[in-house]
Parts: sequence; C-alpha cells; structure tokens
Amino acid sequence: MSNQKDAGEKARQNIHEYLAEFDDIPGTRVYTAKRARRGYWINQFAMSLMKADNRERFKADEKAYLDEWNISDEAKEALLARDYNRLLDLGGNVYFLSKLFSTDGFSFAQAVSTMTDMTFPEYQQMMLNGGRSPEGNRSIKGGY
Amino acid sequence: MARITAGVGSSHVPLLGVAVDQGKWQDDYFGPIFKGYEWTREWEKETKPDVVILVYNDHASAFDANIIPTFAIGCGEHYKSADEGWGPRPVPDVEGHADLAWHIAQSLILDDFDMTIINEMDVDHGLTVPLSMMFGQPEKWPVKVVPLAVNVVTYPVPSGNRCWALGEAIARAVESFPEDLNVQIWGTGGMSHQLQGPRAGLLNREWDNKFLDLLEADNDDVRHIPHIEYLRETGSEGIEMVMWLIMRGALGKKVKRLNRHYHIPCSNTAIGHIVLEPAD
Repeated sequence: MSNQKDAGEKARQNIHEYLAEFDDIPGTRVYTAKRARRGYWINQFAMSLMKADNRERFKADEKAYLDEWNISDEAKEALLARDYNRLLDLGGNVYFLSKLFSTDGFSFAQAVSTMTDMTFPEYQQMMLNGGRSPEGNRSIKGGY
Repeated sequence: MARITAGVGSSHVPLLGVAVDQGKWQDDYFGPIFKGYEWTREWEKETKPDVVILVYNDHASAFDANIIPTFAIGCGEHYKSADEGWGPRPVPDVEGHADLAWHIAQSLILDDFDMTIINEMDVDHGLTVPLSMMFGQPEKWPVKVVPLAVNVVTYPVPSGNRCWALGEAIARAVESFPEDLNVQIWGTGGMSHQLQGPRAGLLNREWDNKFLDLLEADNDDVRHIPHIEYLRETGSEGIEMVMWLIMRGALGKKVKRLNRHYHIPCSNTAIGHIVLEPAD
C-alpha cells in the first residue's frame, strides 16, 4: 500500500497508463469505457428484464425478444447460449447480466461459476475453503 | 446542530438479503455471519440514529447504462425496493430526509463537489441489505436515509483520495445543518470479491484485514491506494471498498473502533464490517 502522505501532492494519473494496467490482470475484464460502449445494447437489453412483463415475453420467445434490440448476431448467440465470458468480451457487465441469470432463476454464485473452469459444486467448495487465492493471480506479466 | 456520531463500513452481499427474507440467518452457513453483526444490531438499538447517510452503489437498478453519475445524492421523500430481476425484496419503503439531503447537496456543490441530484429512484440490495443487517426485519425502518450512490462499475471510478475528501465535505455539510440530528454515515460494499471471468471467486483475507487496520489508523494513508491495487489484490468487485473511504473521511483524523468482524465466505464474497466513532 502506498505511503504517499500529502493529498495535495498527488501526481495526475496518465489515462493511457491507467487503462493499460487493467490488461495485466489474469482472467478479468475490467469494465472500461471501451467495453461499456461496445456492450451498451447488451446491457440495456439485460436491464429491460427488471420488468416482470418483459421477463415473461423474453421467456416465451427469447430470439424474438432479442430481435427487438440493436444487438449483433454474435452477441445474440452468446446471450441465447448464456456464454457469460463471451458476453464480457462483447462489453457485457455482470451487474447488468445478472438480470438475465436472475430471470433464469440462477443465483449469483451459480452464474459466476459458469465463467470459471469449475462445476458449481466445485466452485462452492472452493469458496468454502477460503476462495481463490490471489497468489499467482495478480499480474500476467509479473507472474505473482 | 446535526452531527456525525459514528461510521459503519459493511458488505452488502445480495445473498444476505435472501437469508433475512427467507429466515435462514441461523443456519450453519449464515449463522456465523449474522452472529458477527449481533453486537452492532444491539448498538444501533441503543444509539438510535435519526438519519443514516448511506453510501452504496447502484447495481444497474436505478441507473442503466445510459446515465452514469460518479456521485449522486438522493433528495427524495421516499424510495421503493427495486426489482432486480426476481421481484422486489419484501422490505419497508425507505424514508428519505429531504431537508438534510438538499442541504448536503447544496453545501457539497459550493464545496466543489459537483453532485448529481436524484428526486425519484428505487433502491437495490446495495442499500437495503445493510439496513437489514443493522435493523433486522422491522415493519418500518427506524431511521431516515440519505442515499449516496457512487459509480464503482464503469471505469474510471472515483479515486480513494476523492472519496475521502467527499467524506470530509459531507461532515462539514452535516455540521452546518441547524436541526439537532444524530447522523451516522455508512460506507458499504466489498470486501474482496470477483464476480466475473475465469478469476471469479478470488478472496484475500490478508489484504482485507490490512484495509480494516488502515481504517482504524490515526492517519489517512488508506486514501492513496490506487485502483490497480484493489483490482489485483481484491478482485474486480473489491473496488467497492473505495466507498468505505467516504465514511472514514467523514469521521476526522482519529477514530475509535467499537466493533470489527470478518468472515469468509458469503456466496462469492468476503464479508466484513467495522464500527468507528470520531475521536478527535
């Protein structure tokens, strides 16, 4: 942790360096402006599932409901397949996507486990054992 | 005069709301978590705050991808529980304190914090779970609430330094409110957790406890932790802990710790909470 003392002396952060560091975290897609722009309609679609009527219409015919939105075919496919890692790559954000897995009756932990290489019971056991260790999971380049 | 009498930092995991709503708080899984909050629930009953300034993040409930306020303050009379995709939580409506909220909003803007003002919104688990953890299941919440929503989802989120400074400005604003009010400030979210990608499930007991140590310390070192450190050490959603710094900044230089609890896991998350009193 930093020991920089004086708030007034805080150096201005360079936005390019700030953003570049985010790509160095293993297995993580930080929700940057770039991703937010790309995934805008995926996230707005997911938001629409906060209304019970929309959830019913979506469940009745998922493809038809998705066709009402300005979403690429690739993203529609990922949504229909509930491929959450793919959706993160396409600019989806987990808090928005949670409306989709809630509509499916999935808990946060259950949905989140599908993004890892574990089954849900294996994931639950890992959490009970203290979670995934940060050891070796902090930096791709640094390997620590 | 209104005064900030205490600060609370607390996780706001949605599953805790489910545990309360479905009466599971005494089972083997949730028992140790709720036991950790027992002291704090009793303390809240004794100290009887009039108002809680509740710092939290909206999880794509009141705000969609369209409008992304960095700092937004609720100045309304009341707020309903949001439907987050499984129906609204069965909790009482949250009563606002519009007079105090508007006073804080105006004071903050004059103090160089350009707040977004919200008149109507629904509040999600980020706000209602901490209320349930502190007050259980009353028919009516025993406090009025000034919601303060922080963007901790779309990057860049505000720096820890800025959050701390906002807390200081909130304390100045509260002190200049003429009515005699017992005000608490709560910072919520965290602690370590990651809800996305192959690294999901990351927890960091050691770092979280260092963070709690720094909150208790008689200095402001904690405000300078950069975003990348939260991301690397505490998972992509651990960044919510910057919201605890708004609470800590409002308490002044020295604090006295009244309670502290830490437990792993709750769903995907490390649960922690801390109760602090200003001691300047």
